[in-house]
Amino acid sequence: MDKILRIDMSATGGPQQSTEKAGEFAALGGRATTSTIVAKEVPPDCHPLSAENKLVIAPGMLSGTAAAISGRISVGCKSPLTGGIKESNAGGQAAQVLARLGYAAIIIEGLPEGDDLYKIHINKDRVEISVDNSNKLLDNYPLIDKLRKEYGDKVAFMSIGTAGERLMVSASIACTDPELRPTRHCGRGGVGAVMGSKKIKAIILDDAGCTNRPPRDAERFKTANRAFVEGIRKHPVSGEGLPAYGTNVLTNVLNEAGGYPTRNFKTGQFEDASKISGESQAELEIARGGKATHGCHRGCVIQCSGIYNDKDGKFLTKQPEYETVWSHGGHCGISDLDTIATLDYWDDNIGVDTIEMGVAIGVAMEGGVIEFGDDEGAIRLVRDEVGKGTPLGRILGGGAGMTGKAFGVTRVPVVKNQALPAYDPRTVQGIGVTYATSTQGADHTAGYAVATNILKVGGDVDPLKPEGQVELSRNLQIATTAIDSTGLCLFIAFPILDQPETFQSLLDLLGGFYGIEMTGDDIVALGQKVLTLEREFNKGAGFGPEDDRLPRFFQTEKLPPHNLTFGVTDAELDQLYNWD
Amino acid sequence: MKVTVKLFASFQTGRFKIEIRDYPDQTLIGTVVRELNIPEGEVGILLLNAVHAKLEQPLNEGDLLAIFPLVGGG
Repeated sequence: MDKILRIDMSATGGPQQSTEKAGEFAALGGRATTSTIVAKEVPPDCHPLSAENKLVIAPGMLSGTAAAISGRISVGCKSPLTGGIKESNAGGQAAQVLARLGYAAIIIEGLPEGDDLYKIHINKDRVEISVDNSNKLLDNYPLIDKLRKEYGDKVAFMSIGTAGERLMVSASIACTDPELRPTRHCGRGGVGAVMGSKKIKAIILDDAGCTNRPPRDAERFKTANRAFVEGIRKHPVSGEGLPAYGTNVLTNVLNEAGGYPTRNFKTGQFEDASKISGESQAELEIARGGKATHGCHRGCVIQCSGIYNDKDGKFLTKQPEYETVWSHGGHCGISDLDTIATLDYWDDNIGVDTIEMGVAIGVAMEGGVIEFGDDEGAIRLVRDEVGKGTPLGRILGGGAGMTGKAFGVTRVPVVKNQALPAYDPRTVQGIGVTYATSTQGADHTAGYAVATNILKVGGDVDPLKPEGQVELSRNLQIATTAIDSTGLCLFIAFPILDQPETFQSLLDLLGGFYGIEMTGDDIVALGQKVLTLEREFNKGAGFGPEDDRLPRFFQTEKLPPHNLTFGVTDAELDQLYNWD
Repeated sequence: MKVTVKLFASFQTGRFKIEIRDYPDQTLIGTVVRELNIPEGEVGILLLNAVHAKLEQPLNEGDLLAIFPLVGGG
């Protein structure tokens, strides 16, 4: 990864490309790369859909190598949803292919004149940026079917659906999985709208003739990779629970713990949770000839995904994730897995974040647009309103915050205008700290305190009390920022938190690849450095301590069954960033 | 005394999902786990009436006990 591709969409006479040396980014990756470039090159106070914003795409430090589970691709920009910095990462094949092509990053800047829609084709020999208006207003599945006929099956695609073209701030960027389905999404923060604003419909990545990136210290790297894989496989979470039941194994856990936000955060338990649990989902998938175990990219050793077939045994969608099953399920009072899977398909097809969309639908239910538990109504809102860009669809596609304003809803679960994921901060107080303080807006992955609060992985901090949560969230946010830079899937956190030897193998993997010595302190320093520059960007964009807060209702409304409010004080939240 | 026991994920295999079971007063959670042939080392999360509990805690009439292996996601 010794080069950076820069594409100027504003250039006179059409988009211009240039290649520059990767420099400091040759040994960086993922979130460290995207956030550093965005912080350096994008004015924090610019409009996110203007020419001044840039879309930065980066594979991880270990992507395109033989390292297991290293297929996360990061996309960075100023977020049109939050107004702050954004890094959104996804699985799929794109990271491995882009890294093997030798790119540490693609930077897309400017805006083209006119209405032409572009595609970018990158292979070993050249980069071609061309107009292709025949792709206009195609959703992701038909788009990829069309592009496969043009580019074949040995490529990876990144694309936007109609939501991205329509500049909806819930729009995602889809990345294809090993079977070339557009199922893995850089979902959060409206990155798809930024790609849409630059009139780029698809990026086709072809690594024919390329090989894996070679490690500096091949023997050390190989030994570390073997130990790393062994550590992932022997941990019960990554070795058994996730492959068998997927991320949706959490539905029952959160529901039993009273932290499952139900009907727009009114209660912490859903009476029909078992119907949509990971256990029920896996059973149904197997019964219908789908798969309960499937990897989102080649080289994944966890395989937390699956294939969800309809009742006739035909592919409907990939296994909906826990967050999706919650946002379209319990959050909306919906308890039918087929309804949820259909919504997951439409989210992927239109190209919207399943969390933002599901939460927006639940908020619309609160506002009386349709009733809670209206399965057909929910599908209609996504497929026929958001999917067709109607005025109502544009409100919903504007996210939970916009939907709340449009319909006079006071209980609107957003931080920095980004919808909360599937854990109620009154019952899982640690994740509340992450939601409030993350540079990304409400994001569970940014510092997954659920592990320590609820799952008892990597320690034990009482989820119902405010004590210890700020320190927990701080440490997790720092570590996560570093992991998000490696290209490794975040689920490696479960084994590395519990097994010191697996953490050591991760350090050896990085050290062996780059021919350096890596310590835990280096990981911390990297995480802190990136978080600091993200926070500085947000300050420049106008964010202050008052933005590091949960919506007020979490302090005024008690959540059954524990009847608690969020107890971490504002002064404590302000202590999260204590290292600079 | 009657206690509702719920099992999840791999613990359901060959056992049950939910049962109301009879135990002597003050039976410990660990006793229930052993009686169900669940190796203690495999227990990841114990929730007693929606609050995290430990194997050595006693049960009371009407309690709801949820037993999970170590699981995660997100």
